[in-house]
Amino acid sequence: MKLVFEKSISGRGCSILPACDVETVSLPANLSRGEPPVLPEMAEVDISRHYTELCGNVHGVNSGFYPLGSCTMKYNPRIDEEMAALPGFTSVHPLAPSDTVKGCKEVFDTAKKYLLEIFGMDDCTFQPTAGAHGEFTGVMLIKKYHESRGDADKRTKIIVPDSAHGTNPATASMCGYTVVNVPSASDGCVDLEALKEVLGEDTAGLMLTNPNTVGIFDKNILEITRLVHEAGGLCYYDGANLNAIMGIVRPGDMGFDCIHSNLHKTFATPHGGGGPGAGVVGCKDFLAKFLPKSALMDGEDALQVRSFSGNFLVVVKALAYIMTLGKEGIAEAAQNAVLNANYLMSRIKGTFKPAFDRICMHEFVLDLSRYKEETGVSALDVAKTLIDYGMHPPTMYFPLIVHEALMLEPTETESKENLDKAAEVFRKLYKLGFDNPEYMKAAPHHAQTARPDEVQAARNPVLRWSKND
Amino acid sequence: MNFPKELKYSKDHEWVKTEGETAIIGISDFAQDALGDIVFVNLPEAGDEVVAGEVFGDLESVKAVSDMLSPVSGTVAAVNEELADTPEILNNDPYGAWIIKVEGITDIEDLMDADAYAEFCKED
Amino acid sequence: MGSYVPSTDKERQQMLNAIGLGSFSELYKDVPGEMYLSDGLNLPAGMSELEVRRKISAMADKNTVFKTILRGAGAYDHVIPSIVSYIPAKEEFLTAYTPYQAEMSQGILQSIFEYQTMMCELTGMDVSNASVYDGATAAAEAVAMCRDRKRTVTLISGASHPDTIQTVKTYCYGKNSELKIVPVKDGKTDIDALKKMLTDDVAGVYIQQPNFFGLFENAEEIGEALHTAGAAYIMGCNPVALGIMKTPRECGADIAVGEAQPLGLPLGFGGPYLGYMTSTDKYMRKLPGRIVGETVDARGNKAYVLSLQAREQHIRREKASSNICSNEALCAFTAGLYLSVMGAKGLADVATQSMSKAHYLAAQLCKLPGVSLKFSGGFFHEFVTVIPKADEVLSALESNGILGGLNIDGDILWCATEKVSKAELDKAVSIVKEVLA
Repeated sequence: MKLVFEKSISGRGCSILPACDVETVSLPANLSRGEPPVLPEMAEVDISRHYTELCGNVHGVNSGFYPLGSCTMKYNPRIDEEMAALPGFTSVHPLAPSDTVKGCKEVFDTAKKYLLEIFGMDDCTFQPTAGAHGEFTGVMLIKKYHESRGDADKRTKIIVPDSAHGTNPATASMCGYTVVNVPSASDGCVDLEALKEVLGEDTAGLMLTNPNTVGIFDKNILEITRLVHEAGGLCYYDGANLNAIMGIVRPGDMGFDCIHSNLHKTFATPHGGGGPGAGVVGCKDFLAKFLPKSALMDGEDALQVRSFSGNFLVVVKALAYIMTLGKEGIAEAAQNAVLNANYLMSRIKGTFKPAFDRICMHEFVLDLSRYKEETGVSALDVAKTLIDYGMHPPTMYFPLIVHEALMLEPTETESKENLDKAAEVFRKLYKLGFDNPEYMKAAPHHAQTARPDEVQAARNPVLRWSKND
Repeated sequence: MNFPKELKYSKDHEWVKTEGETAIIGISDFAQDALGDIVFVNLPEAGDEVVAGEVFGDLESVKAVSDMLSPVSGTVAAVNEELADTPEILNNDPYGAWIIKVEGITDIEDLMDADAYAEFCKED
Repeated sequence: MGSYVPSTDKERQQMLNAIGLGSFSELYKDVPGEMYLSDGLNLPAGMSELEVRRKISAMADKNTVFKTILRGAGAYDHVIPSIVSYIPAKEEFLTAYTPYQAEMSQGILQSIFEYQTMMCELTGMDVSNASVYDGATAAAEAVAMCRDRKRTVTLISGASHPDTIQTVKTYCYGKNSELKIVPVKDGKTDIDALKKMLTDDVAGVYIQQPNFFGLFENAEEIGEALHTAGAAYIMGCNPVALGIMKTPRECGADIAVGEAQPLGLPLGFGGPYLGYMTSTDKYMRKLPGRIVGETVDARGNKAYVLSLQAREQHIRREKASSNICSNEALCAFTAGLYLSVMGAKGLADVATQSMSKAHYLAAQLCKLPGVSLKFSGGFFHEFVTVIPKADEVLSALESNGILGGLNIDGDILWCATEKVSKAELDKAVSIVKEVLA
């Protein structure tokens, strides 16, 4: 594919604006840029075809199976998009007078009411824009809480399991905390004895996801949160895996004090090739007074994690989704996500080995370390071969506690026949690794590109196009 | 795996060569092999203090980052500027591609000779 | 009840049987009984698509859609070309995740590479990341890039957007690092005061251009002062203004950031918006977030990949300077598309027309009794007037379908873009005139 710049022809363009109908005011020379930016010059038809071509070289949920573990790639309903595109929402200025934005307020209030019920929390903020941003907000609530009790100097550590997503330790560090990693027990859950050892007067809190990153519900969760509370710390729920349990059990009832939820995972808003998302943060009453505000909208000297009220239009989509599913549908989605994961695991079993051979939640992890020893074919090679079968590979090499890991999350919106088909491909690839390992090591063979040279990309970074190239 | 006899080695896989009052520090063949293709080196600046057993920089490969721990305490006299543009020399010539030179040495870790280090790598 | 689960009851039972279970509840045997929601959630029953459309459309209808918007303050009502609102809704792109698998994501990766190039062109910088959440977090992330062991203090101009200041303050508070606010004089950063604050522990300084009050800062003079003092220079620039305005690079900035909502994104009651970040080569490996690089594939063909990943949280964990993971990729895609449609000439036209209309509005308003510009400096497409009866003026405009400027302590911060016609401006001025008569 040529770059948009390479398709540019001097003199082309689109006609969007009329001539200026007031006297033109120009910038004085000392404020003007020396050269105009180099931007494409294209007719509208060229632009349409260019971006259509780009979209053709993308694999979305709508293109096929997308079992990317921990990312909850469920189907994104079109009605949600239609609602978020209503001019009554898109054209509203964030600083418009409150009596003119009653509809936006109703969206926020309704979404808040429903989400708090699902979380088991008392209050929330929509300001955080993604999961990691929600983590930052949640841990800042913990920091504010300890500060308000005069405990800030003493409580300097955040406990994170070694199976955690990298954002957890990075978040704790951004909030000024020292990270204490606790090892997982052999079943992938929190090792209670190890936890007790690291808990103490310096504990600010614990960051945990449940079900955990290996797809298992930690049955000791009440004991875990009790221990942290006894030590004077707070418990933060990373909502990355909420899809497994919504409507079944609530993080608030597990003893968590605050939570983020990725609306772009659990509540079906599209990922857009990396974003935008929304990372609503819920909390118990005693933390509500620390929730972020907007300096300009609310005029308060409070925490603030971005401008205005957050990704409002994403919240509209999530609300449409929750209203569609309702009381029964939310739990139904969770149950079927779990059913699909277990079904897929059972269909793959006997070939690639599950890291934990037991009932899982919405996702499961395959451990390919023995397979690699036997065949020389790595988890990466299997992932790359899957691409030739029109399937997005699972999450690779995560969590770190499983070697040669592939993490699969089929979600509830895949049908039985799709899961059967996917399992068939996995079984076929398992055998292929023994029969023709070299083929898999060179995969993909029929994709947009072969494997890219990442070493060259990092050693000699070319991060933009230049006119003179 | 190549471990030149004239060098000393730390348990963190750095090699040390002493020239008069100066310690020259690099990473061993074992270290470069374990890291794979090195794509970037985060270096200290001349004049920075380094402390034995503490981090003085890090090495990036495509999918990993690894801290470098100083085997000596002292002041950085020079850093190998070549590494900024050609980090691959650490892979191609780990004993030719030194990383930092340290002067004013106040402390040195217990170091291994080549044979002991070769044994250590087998166990590691 | 609405549902997106395709399996029928029969299929579900088959699947349960296949894994050796009889019922759904057996899937959740690890959940302690006392917390199991046996009565389910207290939510309304699910709805059909038509019911949802009715309910949510009714909410949208409760908002006032203003025909004319003369309010900015960080969110700008520009023309969005038709094709710009249409293409980003294409389903493959919309429903893809971060392009981890380059072999099936070249379309996304290339679009980011093109976006990075455009942002570098606008700002005059060498490198750009793939986006962050918004302009305020872009400023906060830039501040974190500048700190090192010796220099830990951050300065931010008091003439920056209040939400940006507060966000930077929150991030600095998180990291337990000091933030000082540079005073404002006649609506602009007080350069004399700034110079006195430039001690040798200052890591970075953030200046907004044009600033919150719409005024052009003496950005080059500030750049010289910062470099003499050895502090990094972060400029927060309106990307539309950069169509004509001196680039951050030309002003001596090390890092350029800003809110790119004006590049084709709707107001949307505050989001999704788009934080852009670019820098000189020197800061390349400190930039947070995704960055796409060009390389070759195993067959020697050009290919794009997520690059320099060793900077990021999934590898560096607690040593990463940022935790960002998801960004605003679709918004960056939209901005890239917008810039392709407008081209350099079109963008300059948007900037010049916005500025011209703001100056026309200012001139007309200042003819009215008691109305004058609050500050003396040159401005882009926003300006502050001293005005009698600000609240009455704004409600009179509101009842005529015009969203007037923003009331700031009794003064009004106005904004005009290329979208408003002279006739609309004249109408607004006549309404103000009536109130003040």
